[in-house]
Amino acid sequence: MNAEILLEFAINVLSMGSLYALISLGLVFVFGICQLVNYAYGEFITVSAYVLYFLGAFTSLPWPVVFLLGIASGVAVGFLSELVAFRAFRERSLDALLVTSFAVSVILQRLFQLGISPRSKAVPIPAFFNMNIQILGVITPLRNLLIIGTTVVLLTALVLIMKYTTLGVAMRGASENFVTARLMGVPANLMISVAFIISGFLAGVVAIFWSARTGSVEPMMGATPLLIGFIAVVIGGMHSLPGSVVGGFVYALIANVLSLTLPSSLLSFRDAFMFAIVIAFLVLKPEGLLRGNYQEERVG
Amino acid sequence: MNSAKSFSPKQESNKRSAVRDFIEYFDFTRKSSTVVFLIFILTAIGFFIWWLNIPFIEDIFTAATITLIMTLGFQLYMGNSGILNWSYVGYVGIGAFTSAIFSMTPAVKAMQIPTMYPFLINLHLPFPLALAAGAVVAMIVAAIVAWPMMRLSDAVGAITQFALLIVINVMLSQWSQVTNGPRTFTLGGTQRLTTLWVALGVAVLVIIAVYYFKESSLGLKLRATRDDRHAARSSGINFVAVRYFGYVISACIGGLAGGLYSHYILSITASSFYMSELFLILSMLVIGGSMSVSGAFFGTLLVTLLRQGLRQAELFLTRSGFEASGSTEIVVAIMMIIFLVWQADGITGGRELTWQSIKRRLPSGSKKRDKMIKNKKQEEEA
Repeated sequence: MNAEILLEFAINVLSMGSLYALISLGLVFVFGICQLVNYAYGEFITVSAYVLYFLGAFTSLPWPVVFLLGIASGVAVGFLSELVAFRAFRERSLDALLVTSFAVSVILQRLFQLGISPRSKAVPIPAFFNMNIQILGVITPLRNLLIIGTTVVLLTALVLIMKYTTLGVAMRGASENFVTARLMGVPANLMISVAFIISGFLAGVVAIFWSARTGSVEPMMGATPLLIGFIAVVIGGMHSLPGSVVGGFVYALIANVLSLTLPSSLLSFRDAFMFAIVIAFLVLKPEGLLRGNYQEERVG
Repeated sequence: MNSAKSFSPKQESNKRSAVRDFIEYFDFTRKSSTVVFLIFILTAIGFFIWWLNIPFIEDIFTAATITLIMTLGFQLYMGNSGILNWSYVGYVGIGAFTSAIFSMTPAVKAMQIPTMYPFLINLHLPFPLALAAGAVVAMIVAAIVAWPMMRLSDAVGAITQFALLIVINVMLSQWSQVTNGPRTFTLGGTQRLTTLWVALGVAVLVIIAVYYFKESSLGLKLRATRDDRHAARSSGINFVAVRYFGYVISACIGGLAGGLYSHYILSITASSFYMSELFLILSMLVIGGSMSVSGAFFGTLLVTLLRQGLRQAELFLTRSGFEASGSTEIVVAIMMIIFLVWQADGITGGRELTWQSIKRRLPSGSKKRDKMIKNKKQEEEA
């Protein structure tokens, strides 16, 4: 009995953590390269989810094609938003970048409201995603295991790319010290574009599993994953890719523990507790759990 | 005060009266003519609209004046310290709820918000004191939480403030015993306590406060930390303290604006003080120019006019069959990005509107100069 509860808890934490790890990884890729806290990241996810909805509801394409196109749309929106909006601010202050990403996020949200619908739409997801299966006496939907598997595969692939390809080495160099990397002949435009493309790719993958879990898509759906991404990134360390993965899992752990232990009268305040933890982390340990090479400047 | 008077003989400076000191200190005719201009423009528009006596336009003006107070308070910290202060609208929310709780009569409160703590139900203050209470409570909250966060700059600083905004928002939207939780908080009066004149009067006071904060030594120090934090620190400026006081004063003005807002709009929810409200005042500040009080003022004026125009166009389109709601925000957001790209300091260029800056632009000024040059040339020729 006890072991089963423990296993169920573990599966929950691992599956949620995998999803959160992908979300925060998408944020950190962009942050590491150009110091941009991308408030529009949630809308990348929304775009992919809408593509999934349109292709799934109005065409009879097989689901692998739908998923691939959904991910491709995430990549496209990431690449284009950098090209159209963020490129002009390359040399500007951080606040200008922040404000721009905030504005881009508002524009995309209103466009969804205007062009599609302010109400939520049901996303058709292949039936096997929600099929319940039994492992060691614990019943869980298959999507929980799929997300864990997907995350393992993606993380392995990313680690291999970052470690062994020229592009990966250049990316790591650029995230450590952008100016020096440029002096070594690393093309800045390519690096930033690739960072946004990877970010968009991860957003596309997240969109599949997020809409499988919630079953629907609406213009404001990007807000929740964005907030989760923020928390995970801050806990893990804003300048470290492994840190953001760890942060995702730690967030899932804290959220599950709080859900189990908080009295029901305080449960609605869970987000306040989570963000209070974030503030505490930023004030007491701004480098996060895993320290990156770049140090945040700090006063006092 | 580098005017010729300070170099005048000693006997004269001994005779200076208090009135003259006052005028010289506040410098209304020269550098600080900004305050006079802004107040004059605002009251002139106010009187004109009062004279027009069209309720619809009066409402727009009152709402815009409340937004102006919000933007001024936002400018006070963000413009002087250069830190994007997300949590500001949270303090506006705190002020709005607090002053509403104080100004409502116990009977109305018991009826509207049955879940409220009994001790809160029994609180009651007249409207002006309730407004002040909202400002003070927002200030106290800021004073309690802000100190440790003032050390953080850049991305970390911005995320901290963002996290704080979410914490405040969750508290406001879930604390049923105080704010009626996620449900609407209705003030239950039939009459708006925030009239055109109340909003105008407070706005005049806030313009003065924000401008002289900027001119004060505290404001100067805060701007020094914005421009070069290392140089500022090595000239002995206590970073954290300077930022802290700026932040707390900004929160106080935010709370005041919140109180006016709730007594104008009469029914509020926590979501009124969240991202969309922040986006509104941020766009005003960016378009106007965040570095100057005039920027906040003209940004508010311009964006309000733009939004009202667009809103009418939107209504017209919706009535003729197009789905256009929300397009206003898109236009404002695009305008904000355009300004950030080509004119990052906004329409005012980060400068204040002063008598000198107007004189320089006036055609008569340049004519005079031309005449002088002509005369000189003629003299030389002769």
